[in-house]
Amino acid sequence: MSAALFLIALSAVLALGLGVYAGRGREMGLEQWSVGSRGFGAVLVFLLLAGEIYTTFTFLGASGFSYGLGAPAYYILAYGTLAYVISYFILPPVWSYAKKHSLVSQPDFFAAKFDSPALGVLVALVDIVALIPYLVLQFTGLGIIVQIAGYGAISKDVAIIIGALVVTAYVIVSGIRGSALTAIVKDGLIIVVVVFMGIYLPVHYYGGIGAMFATLDHAKPGFLAFPASGQSVSWFVSTVLLTCLGFFMWPHSFAACFSAKNRSVFRKNAILLPIYQLVLLFVFFVGFAAVLQVPGLKGAATNMALLKISVAAFPPWMVGIIGATGVLTALVPGSLIMMSASTLFARNLVGFVRPHASNAQTVMVAKFTVPVVALVAVYFTIQGSSTIVALLLMGYNFVTQLFPALVASLMKRNPVSKQGAFAGIFVGVGTVVFLTLTHQTIGTLIPGLPEMIRDLNVGIIALGLNLIVMVAVSAMTPKTAMLPAE
Amino acid sequence: MKNIRLLAILPFIGMLAGPILHNGVEPYILGMPFILGWVVVWILITSAVMAVIYKYDPANAEGDEP
Repeated sequence: MSAALFLIALSAVLALGLGVYAGRGREMGLEQWSVGSRGFGAVLVFLLLAGEIYTTFTFLGASGFSYGLGAPAYYILAYGTLAYVISYFILPPVWSYAKKHSLVSQPDFFAAKFDSPALGVLVALVDIVALIPYLVLQFTGLGIIVQIAGYGAISKDVAIIIGALVVTAYVIVSGIRGSALTAIVKDGLIIVVVVFMGIYLPVHYYGGIGAMFATLDHAKPGFLAFPASGQSVSWFVSTVLLTCLGFFMWPHSFAACFSAKNRSVFRKNAILLPIYQLVLLFVFFVGFAAVLQVPGLKGAATNMALLKISVAAFPPWMVGIIGATGVLTALVPGSLIMMSASTLFARNLVGFVRPHASNAQTVMVAKFTVPVVALVAVYFTIQGSSTIVALLLMGYNFVTQLFPALVASLMKRNPVSKQGAFAGIFVGVGTVVFLTLTHQTIGTLIPGLPEMIRDLNVGIIALGLNLIVMVAVSAMTPKTAMLPAE
Repeated sequence: MKNIRLLAILPFIGMLAGPILHNGVEPYILGMPFILGWVVVWILITSAVMAVIYKYDPANAEGDEP
């Protein structure tokens, strides 16, 4: 076994060990397993929410994005920051309400707020469909890492299956405590690794960060600013605004916030998280450094940019550490996603059909769902078509559709009825499916518009229709009866 | 002082105004191309703005428990 592969395997075993350690000696009720009995202090909640920043999508995807497309990648930094600003306002009331009514999932929240179990089922379905491609992406990342950092010793498919087994075992034995504990190790490692690479590579290959960008601008004029059409400035602005609304609508992020001990945690986090995600800047530097050093990667292969330049620049043991870090960036979010998807299934779908299931039965169903979710994701990962990226974008647009109803439900007098919320989300999601499957853009839908409007993110149409339908239906139906205010 | 929360609009305006007003590579900011540097500077400002809001928001005076 090569040094690199050994380190990668070691990190997987270490993560599994941490998971068992975190889960030992605790009665695993649903509330313990999925939201840690709401006992997490500031540091753990911070790391769970921050864990969202450093997934394989950012580790491999952000470097690949900057490598392949240049300036449009900047949107990743911008939307995360603005999402944290929004979190300051929405997470504390969400947390208070969830605590008061002992909620463990996002559909719980919608069902309770609008007093409509049917809405809970709709939200659960939207969530599950959105989560699967997200999980597939983590597995795909795992496969790429083991394949390249293992110097080809293990095939990609075998790596994906081993990776899925590790995550599955990990989720079943430990629950959210394991994820939080592993997140500490993961974030420590990733900061050291990424900052080192982001500074070392530009200095080593170009003589400095400024020199690297100057060289790049000379070699590929226009690469470091937005193009005049396509992913232009108006694409950037609309995409940042749209995605920052969706950020905390992901069910696993939404539910992770339930694990907090008190609500001031979120307001403090809103100060620190923007700075914390600046580490991503160094991921961009790695991607930009790779442009002229490992040229020629196209399409999905751009995700290999970070690992390819690592293999070219570093000895195997360092590639091993980088690979091990990558494996952890897949495990922690992967485990959260799987936990979320199975809790949703057990509590909000099975629970809807059989409302009198006991807590212990729900936990059982949830744990049996974990391997099923893993299996579905492994299937899609190995099938591995480009449609997965399309599915992920669709997933992002899916969860964004929940935002208007959520905001309405947080108002003192909820202006939206349960029928309005249901219809809005339904129409929004339907529009997303239609737009995604037919590959429409605003330019193709309404030809003859100025370039600036043509390039707007097409998701805006879905959100706009959602809003209109929500307001219109609410006007025609009785208001939601207010549950006792929090 | 509840109005202090309105400051949260600043990061949105600031972050997005840069590329709208000037979509170019120069001038370099801290060695980075203009737009990237702009976004980074606004991330730092955002953090500062949120710190100010946190300090003066009456919601935080009530202590940790809801």
